[in-house]
Amino acid sequence: MNLSVAFAGLVAGVIVWALLVRSLTTKPWEAQDPASSNMGRTHGLAPARIGLLILLAVITSLFGLFISAYYMRMGHGHGEQGHGNWSSFPQPQILWLNTALLILGSVAMQWAQGAVRKDKRAQTAYGLIAGGLLTCLFLGGQLIAWRQVNAAGYASGFFGTSNPAIAFFYLLTAVHGLHLLGGLCVWAKTLVRLSEGVAIGALRLSVELCTVYWHYLLLVWLVLFALLLST
Amino acid sequence: MAYVALADRDHPIHDPQTFITKYIWSQDHKVIAIQYSVTAIAMGLVALALSILMRLQLGFPHYFALILPSNYYQFITMHGMIMVIYLLTALFLGGFGNYLIPLMCGARDMVFPYLNMVSYWVYLLAVLVLVAGFFVPGGPTGSGWTLYPPQSILPGTPGVSWGIILMLVSLAIFVVAFTMGGLNYVTTVLQARCRGMTLMRMPLSVWGIFMATILGLLAFPALLVSAVMLTLDSVIGTSFFIPASVSMGQPPTHNGGSPLLFQHLFWFFGHPEVYIVALPAFGIVSDLLSTHARRHIFGYRMMVWAILAIGCLSFVVWAHHMYLSGMNPYFGFFFATTTLIIAVPTAIKVYNWVLTLWHGDIHLNVPMLFAMGFIFTFIHGGLTGLFLGNVTVDVPLSATYFVVAHFHMVMGVSPIMVVFGAIYHWYPKITGRMLNETLGKIHFWATFLGTYSIYLPMHYLGILGVPRRYYANGITDFIPQSVQTVNASITIAALFVAAVQMVFLFNLVWSLKKGKPAGSNPWRATTLEWQTPDTPPKHGNWGANLPVVYRWAYDYSVPGAAEDFVPQNVPPSATAPAGEHDQGKHS
Repeated sequence: MNLSVAFAGLVAGVIVWALLVRSLTTKPWEAQDPASSNMGRTHGLAPARIGLLILLAVITSLFGLFISAYYMRMGHGHGEQGHGNWSSFPQPQILWLNTALLILGSVAMQWAQGAVRKDKRAQTAYGLIAGGLLTCLFLGGQLIAWRQVNAAGYASGFFGTSNPAIAFFYLLTAVHGLHLLGGLCVWAKTLVRLSEGVAIGALRLSVELCTVYWHYLLLVWLVLFALLLST
Repeated sequence: MAYVALADRDHPIHDPQTFITKYIWSQDHKVIAIQYSVTAIAMGLVALALSILMRLQLGFPHYFALILPSNYYQFITMHGMIMVIYLLTALFLGGFGNYLIPLMCGARDMVFPYLNMVSYWVYLLAVLVLVAGFFVPGGPTGSGWTLYPPQSILPGTPGVSWGIILMLVSLAIFVVAFTMGGLNYVTTVLQARCRGMTLMRMPLSVWGIFMATILGLLAFPALLVSAVMLTLDSVIGTSFFIPASVSMGQPPTHNGGSPLLFQHLFWFFGHPEVYIVALPAFGIVSDLLSTHARRHIFGYRMMVWAILAIGCLSFVVWAHHMYLSGMNPYFGFFFATTTLIIAVPTAIKVYNWVLTLWHGDIHLNVPMLFAMGFIFTFIHGGLTGLFLGNVTVDVPLSATYFVVAHFHMVMGVSPIMVVFGAIYHWYPKITGRMLNETLGKIHFWATFLGTYSIYLPMHYLGILGVPRRYYANGITDFIPQSVQTVNASITIAALFVAAVQMVFLFNLVWSLKKGKPAGSNPWRATTLEWQTPDTPPKHGNWGANLPVVYRWAYDYSVPGAAEDFVPQNVPPSATAPAGEHDQGKHS
């Protein structure tokens, strides 16, 4: 659980920093200049952007805990059963291709973001469509990886899940995939609004938030992939 | 460019027209708050009924043959889970959080009203899935509210076929609902405060709810992770948590899992959960004490810092729930130390509450009685927490009624005292009518003394070594017969306390129509929710213009002011001559 402790420390540090130590040391009972128009002014970020950042913090917590559980389960048991029946297995090669697809998807979303900031409607659409399709291909690739692991017959039980390494492989990829599917719902909504002729300026925030989310889930996947490869 | 508050930058995005959009599929934070509160209180009544059944069995073990051992464990499990998650968490954050955050911060609504609405309905779905456990074959799970594997999913435990699955699914759904609500609460506090409402001018109620929500957002994923993995262990036979074990003579179906891993995950959520409930209570009780003692809260900045410190520390104490589970002695030392450290900011808050009352003009009305009752019960429960935080003291006491007494005082009675105080305090704003004072005082004294009659003797039972979790004590050498007499008296006290809650429910319903009209600010309070143009506040809360805040929330007994309080939205020019009102008022 050392990871969890480190994670909690990090979170605590971020919260303290985020709440701006300076503003917490003011003395609200003292007279303050009432003419100041900035009193209590909230910062300029759109609420949806703040909401997304908080959601990413929640997702970080979720995956951080899954990864903690992964390490703890892997290290569990030092008796005759070795590592509590944990048995590493070779990761399917298609994961490398999937990783490349997700990276390209993220690049395409970045391209769409650049285009929407310049009010270029067609390029925005191309970037969005490419990003979404590449992500769908990634998800399809993950399903193929599942089938390959299942077909290899590394362990007994439903889909070979009597081996916790395999169970974790399915679990982590599934949870990551579900988050991508959630992103695809927002992506689809943005695309529909674009096709309906909504002004490009009104879509800017949606495209930007999709891009942040895609980059973040790419980062999560890279961490998960590194974890799977290294253990 | 002149600053324009968020709520006034755009036109309102929702404008309810029909009965359905106003009261059912409503996006108005006040309606959602009431929906959350009514559902949570209804669930609380279910849990109360379950506790009465348990007490009947314990107090009079030979009279209720209908209560079987398996039923008893099912009642314990559902009572605990409902009270902690579906009542207290939902009521403090979904109920009070929804109602108070926009009103106290000077916003028209939450920043994501649609998400807020969905949050309630998903919460209701979680409740329905949980309650469905009572009606499936085998009934609800009887594995205890901590759902420890391996026993929670292995044969022999009640509800192992359907009940445990419904419980885990319900918890997962609840986490989703909470996350949707939590995003709203945090973003609204950060982004939708009215002009002049700095972070350090926010009432402590908002601070408590805000920090509790952050804790929830970061801690509930641990519950989700453990629920998902336990469900997989149960349904498809993975071995995340379940070791190889021969169960009911059957060969092992799992191999190599770690029950301890579940406990770590569960308590990584479970301990912050204590503060998810406690921090809103801390904040609300601060405002109740200040308003009804007509005195500014003592040490406001220290109170805010203590809330933040408790929030951060609550993530590094979880394993003090696991001293008996087996761990490296150095870990035990570490967690005992952090547990004792968290007592420091908590004690600061208690001192500040007491010092707020010092030289105050105390009005012993019902909200104040409940707030002062909270101080008693919380100190009581907190001090026994210091006992249990030490490994060597915890080991002999952990499996006894001492623990039951401790956590009910600190996490059951104390927050409920605040819930009642808060309902008596804000009911006039929510409905426009006062609750009946006499009934309220009967309710307070019966609840306060009654709960002490229940839990104080349990400490003695615990020190005597009476084990908790037992369906019946039977005849043993170390449990004297007098224990049974104490158990019977506790049961009678519990029946009494439960009956008195009907007085409260009657008061809630009766006052809705017959209560004395409250006016806009019956407590002469300073915070913004009492300054709305309409009572109850209408959709959009503030009429044409948002309020502007000029001061903190605790300007009570201000020398030279026309009244003994100055609301947050009153400019300095409207009170005493310039420069005079701030001199020496807090000396």
